[in-house]
Amino acid sequence: MSEEGIVQRGASTGLERGPMAAYLGHHQVSALSSLQRIVRLPVSSLMTVLVLAIALALPAGLYVMLENVKRVTSGFETGTQISVYLNTRVSDEQARKQAGVYRLRPELAEVRLIDRDAALAEFEAVSGWGDVLAFLDHNPLPAVLVLTPTAAHSSPEALQQLAASLSQDIDVESVQIDMQWVKRLYSLYALAGRAVLALAILLGLAMLLIVGNTIRLAIENRRDEIVVVKLVGGTDAYVRRPFLYTGFWYGLFSALFSWLMVSLTLAWLDQPVNQLAELYFSRFHLSGLAWEDGILLLALGAFVGVGGAWLAVKRHLDDIEPA
Amino acid sequence: MSDRGAVPAIEQAMIRFDRVSKRYAGSDFALSNVNFVMRRGEMAFLTGHSGAGKSTLLKLIMMMERPTQGQVIVGGQNLTTIPRRKIPYYRRHIGVVFQDHHLLFDRTVYDNVALPLEIEGILPKEINRRVRAALDKVGLLKKEKLNPAALSGGEQQRVGIARAVVNKPPLLLADEPTGNLDPELSAEIMNLFQRFSQVGVTVLVASHDIDLISKLNHRVIQLSHGHLSAGAQDE
Repeated sequence: MSEEGIVQRGASTGLERGPMAAYLGHHQVSALSSLQRIVRLPVSSLMTVLVLAIALALPAGLYVMLENVKRVTSGFETGTQISVYLNTRVSDEQARKQAGVYRLRPELAEVRLIDRDAALAEFEAVSGWGDVLAFLDHNPLPAVLVLTPTAAHSSPEALQQLAASLSQDIDVESVQIDMQWVKRLYSLYALAGRAVLALAILLGLAMLLIVGNTIRLAIENRRDEIVVVKLVGGTDAYVRRPFLYTGFWYGLFSALFSWLMVSLTLAWLDQPVNQLAELYFSRFHLSGLAWEDGILLLALGAFVGVGGAWLAVKRHLDDIEPA
Repeated sequence: MSDRGAVPAIEQAMIRFDRVSKRYAGSDFALSNVNFVMRRGEMAFLTGHSGAGKSTLLKLIMMMERPTQGQVIVGGQNLTTIPRRKIPYYRRHIGVVFQDHHLLFDRTVYDNVALPLEIEGILPKEINRRVRAALDKVGLLKKEKLNPAALSGGEQQRVGIARAVVNKPPLLLADEPTGNLDPELSAEIMNLFQRFSQVGVTVLVASHDIDLISKLNHRVIQLSHGHLSAGAQDE
């Protein structure tokens, strides 16, 4: 009489876990068992992981290189200087006053005055034409104000504006900034950044397909099991879960390996780069993938792994029905 | 989960087929206008020549197929009202035994039997108790740690039965469970089914083993070319 439906032994026998605990429990089991499956076939798993790792390491490595190049040149960028050649009529005394005026401008970090005598001395020392100058009865060189803008005012546009406003002054003969190459550098960065992004997207797609194919094979291998699980009441989500975790692990491990690959490559390049830097009297050092970037790489790897698994699962798993 | 039938008369029936037809795409009717009712706790055999529609009938009850026409009502629940995503929950109330027993050879006998309970999210301690109880019922408690591949055909079938009954389903279906077994083992398996029937489980066994069936005193539902030819009514 109490048996009123096939579902009469429904949810509350008190022996089942709460739905949340059961759900989390199966997540834990799926995560572990899929990890065990990967570890149980070390060679084939490693090959898959390495292929994925290379696909990740290429854009990651290029990104690191780009960041390093930016760092080398960022010295130039913040050190961009504007040379203001004053009129030769302007005396050293007036030039010093002019320097004082420039020092009040907030967009300038540093103002250095090379007065006419100093300019002459420098010219003599550097050019080797000092003897010729001795024949001249007056100093032909103008005073120069070397201005260093603050980092905030070092963008090409800001520099251009600054130069334009400085050249308004009647005491100023000419203003020189090396604008062109700063501009070129910026557009090169933008181009390289895009190229890296395009490569990352392409290789990301390749990763999706590789993971998808790996998971498809895993699904084929476990077809019998999937059928039985579905027959005894496993939901689609239950059946999917271990495969999604497999994708997750593949993605995570490949990201770890790619991190390692990038780091090893950088370590290998470190010495020649240092030698090169020394030749340029630079203290530049290659920097590797920052921690935040590394974590981002791991997250990205795991995400693509799960994504690839999801594609395979959607395409192949839901079709497997007991028959 | 409890989308129960509204008609009180249905409540007494575990399985009710109401003018059910099933036609697979591009072929003849596998089942044609089939009507029958099985009471709760009843045991019956489903028989007929091969291709008569036995498997199709079981598949309809399992919701592995949907009828082309008519209604299948199980435990008071009209199966046409169950959406695809609810099918797994429905299947948890039905135990199924297959001719080729569908065991998984990558795990032990114990783990095979535990599978339905794990899917339901039962606590491990309770799983342990129930799996042992089920293995005890089929006499395989001592072989729980073995791989099913190490067992004889009869033993494998008993593992399949243990798995089917481990979550104490009110309905047990079997599709040619003795198909690969010699008469003695077959009788043993049928005995097991009878014991489950005695404790209130509704048991429907598809079999073409007429000799064996005739020795057991149960209702025989006979299919012939998709039509019900005998056993429509419970005698």
